[in-house]
Amino acid sequence: MSITQERTNSVIGQRMLRREDPALLTGEAKFTNDLAIPGALHLAVLRSPYAHARIKSIDVADARTMPGVVAIYTGKDLHSTWAAPMPCAWPVTPDMKNPAHFPLALDKVCYVGDGVAAVLATSETASRDALDAIDVIYEPLQAVTDLEVALSDKTIIHEAIGTNKSYTWNLKVEGTEGAVDAAFKSAAYTVSERYVQQRLLPMAMEPRAVAAVPQPFGGDITLYSATQVPHILKVMTAITLGIPEHQVRVVAPSVGGGFGSKLDVYAEELLCVALARKHGAPVRWVEERSENTQATIHGRGQIQFVELAADKNGKLTAVRVRLIGDMGAYLQLVTPGVPLLGAFLYAGVYDLPLAYDFSCTSVFTTMTPTDAYRGAGRPEATYAIEVAMDALARKMKVDPYELRKRNYIKKEQFPYTAFSGLTYDSGDHLAAAEKAMSHADYTNLRKKQATQNVAGARKRLGIGMTSYFEMCGLAPSRVLASLNYGAGGWESATVRVLPTSKVQVVTGTSPHGQGHETSWAMIAAEKLGIPPEDVDVLHSDTAIAPLGLDTYGSRSLAVGGVAIAGACDKVIDKARLIAAHQLECAAEDLEFAQGTFTVKGSPDKAVPIAAIAFAAFTAHNLPDGVEPNLEAQYTHDPKNFSWPFGTHICIVEVDTETGKVDVLKYIAVDDCGNQINPLIVEGQVHGGVVQGLAQALYEEAVYDEDGNLKTSNLAEYLVPAACDVPPITTDFTVTPSPTNQLGVKGIGEAGTIGSASTVMNAVIDALTGLGVTTLDMPASPNNVWKAIQAAQGGK
Amino acid sequence: MQVSITINGSTQTHDVEPRTLLVHYIREHAQLTGTNIGCDTSSCGACTIHLDGEAAKSCTILAAQADGGKVTTIEGLSRNGEMHPMQKAFMENHGLQCGYCTPGMVMAAIGLLNENPKPTDEEVRLGLEGNLCRCTGYHNIVKSVLAAANK
Repeated sequence: MSITQERTNSVIGQRMLRREDPALLTGEAKFTNDLAIPGALHLAVLRSPYAHARIKSIDVADARTMPGVVAIYTGKDLHSTWAAPMPCAWPVTPDMKNPAHFPLALDKVCYVGDGVAAVLATSETASRDALDAIDVIYEPLQAVTDLEVALSDKTIIHEAIGTNKSYTWNLKVEGTEGAVDAAFKSAAYTVSERYVQQRLLPMAMEPRAVAAVPQPFGGDITLYSATQVPHILKVMTAITLGIPEHQVRVVAPSVGGGFGSKLDVYAEELLCVALARKHGAPVRWVEERSENTQATIHGRGQIQFVELAADKNGKLTAVRVRLIGDMGAYLQLVTPGVPLLGAFLYAGVYDLPLAYDFSCTSVFTTMTPTDAYRGAGRPEATYAIEVAMDALARKMKVDPYELRKRNYIKKEQFPYTAFSGLTYDSGDHLAAAEKAMSHADYTNLRKKQATQNVAGARKRLGIGMTSYFEMCGLAPSRVLASLNYGAGGWESATVRVLPTSKVQVVTGTSPHGQGHETSWAMIAAEKLGIPPEDVDVLHSDTAIAPLGLDTYGSRSLAVGGVAIAGACDKVIDKARLIAAHQLECAAEDLEFAQGTFTVKGSPDKAVPIAAIAFAAFTAHNLPDGVEPNLEAQYTHDPKNFSWPFGTHICIVEVDTETGKVDVLKYIAVDDCGNQINPLIVEGQVHGGVVQGLAQALYEEAVYDEDGNLKTSNLAEYLVPAACDVPPITTDFTVTPSPTNQLGVKGIGEAGTIGSASTVMNAVIDALTGLGVTTLDMPASPNNVWKAIQAAQGGK
Repeated sequence: MQVSITINGSTQTHDVEPRTLLVHYIREHAQLTGTNIGCDTSSCGACTIHLDGEAAKSCTILAAQADGGKVTTIEGLSRNGEMHPMQKAFMENHGLQCGYCTPGMVMAAIGLLNENPKPTDEEVRLGLEGNLCRCTGYHNIVKSVLAAANK
């Protein structure tokens, strides 16, 4: 198949409605907590009310006598159950400090929400009622919530490692020794900025839920979980509990969103499995929302120091970045790797010489562990370079778009080998930016702004832009090896043509809202020349789809979708041998189109793949050496990341008296290469943009100095509603990726990666006339008003 | 205590604890799991149903308060194997992704059109203020509701 989208009769590229929807729209879909599991015991977890405390004693005597209570366990009771501590799969440096972390705390709690005891009871209400009757005596210790204070080691959180510092990871690239320092010395312009990536709560609408169903006599166990990563969870459950891996089956039923927060191995999953085995009965747990805010990972949490050096024309000559990463109390599955995922992107979409100096020091705090949240490291990096570019433009007194145009990597430079050694596959930044500018009517908009933002004007117009690169499609296994990641980045697919010519696609991806069933059927239909309705997509059950690395990092299409195309190729290759045998010709004399093999030059000599599938099933007359059945498995290990890109523009009006920001217009022009289903692509952009916009304007996990999460439910944490966000104008350019046969790139995180900086640049732009040059997220009325007052200096 | 509620046309009676919320009655006693729970502060709207013809968050009502009432849940919308026009509009406009907020969102949207059959974009956004979605950015939800209104 070619990588252009101008073919006729193509399934790929159609706005096909989702086959997932009827079940979800009628209540037929089953999420984990919807599963009927007779005889299940209910788990509830007692959580620490202290951010940092020693556990002096735990008295469960009263709780044990409460109605319905079956058993109560403390961390010490269960300690011998664990074959290994909870997993961190990404030891980013050989000397990284990783304190042992168990599903229930032993002597000490390290964040509000840390598990202290587990109750098993015959109903959910009985299990929760019993929590109140457990008497724990704590010796409170100093909470550590400030990253710079944490680095001082004044209060050590994990005594066993003797420091709050987990690791320092460096990426220094210099053409010649001292290139970065020299560039800064000789720069015509420099900017030096400090940004804070506030902690965010992922807030997937479905809280987590788990059910473990044992077979007491066979030893097998089935773990149902609201997870993005059933395959990773299976391996990790086996390792952590010392269960032979082939006895663990993990199923992710319908999953209500993840955004990275379900890309993890959680205490409650391990507790359910351990206790189900101990009691020989199913054990289930469902998370309440206020529990979710503490017990499910948080996102972001970085302090960024960013310096840019530029020559007299504004051409970037060096970038220097220092990060402090907030790991929270423990390292979860990929916690330490999140800053690294952004480490290569602090020069954004710009043509930078070999003068790049990145260093990240990550530190433990007494807050909920952080981990991957939509974009994971890349929104942070994009924010830093793009907000700093606007700062540079202000300093130079040039238009921010003009400054970017002077720095964009040019279309003809692709594939472009970057300072980091990574190759950007394809791109045309100027084309995407021009399209966005045209939607915004940029020149006239700037004129309108000049007219509106005069001295004394109360409502100020602001225009912000971002041009971004998303490094996604995680990931080439060899690159992951160089970053010390504990697994590969491949994806598996099996394509099976059934005797009646219906097709099963088995994928290792694990969707939770992305519409894989629809899109994967489209890929197989296109390749095999059959209607998409004839294709079923099987996923998210390790007994049905045993091989896979799941869904995160905008990898599903660029890795998993390409694996399906590869498996289809193998099916076609095998079918060709059978067709040649039947038509009595050489395999290379056959061409395959629209689901039929035809002898070249003899259009009457043809056989459809349906007939070959049946022949392969009966096996009555197969060529020698060809096995019965028409099925192939293919594992795709990508040659490169995929590099979607685009330009976003946001137009805001800021009320300078109240600090309120109104988003008037949001334009997203994205390029994810060829699109399988544009309907789904647009949906991903809409949702992604709003999640980034929410970071810019609304959301923040706020801790007080004692380490209490003050935004611990959906009444206090401001997830925007429909009335808080604008309609999104989406448009696209199409620059196929040359590194995979479908020409596709990822799109799941792009919206989020491009939007926070776009909105913040717009807000700061609105206030430039008032002297505001920097503003922390979220740009809430309070923060905006305070920034205006500070800039006005009491005028 | 005994609580009788007519759910999707069928009257059922269950013995429940007095503290039982309507959403738990629907999910656990009536075993209709299409109505979802997304929070514990009545903020998210995932549990929106219709009680006596009006959209309501079923976590804000005790089952006992609904005794003798008529409830429609997401399972009760389709007729003769056909989805309700609002369900169809959500499908045709890609108004859902993970689908967890969807049952509540659809019930709230139907309630909105019952009160205001021809809303503007802004009225839809304000009318759905009590229902949170984390996937769609609301863009296609608003489009779905407007499409249903124009049918």
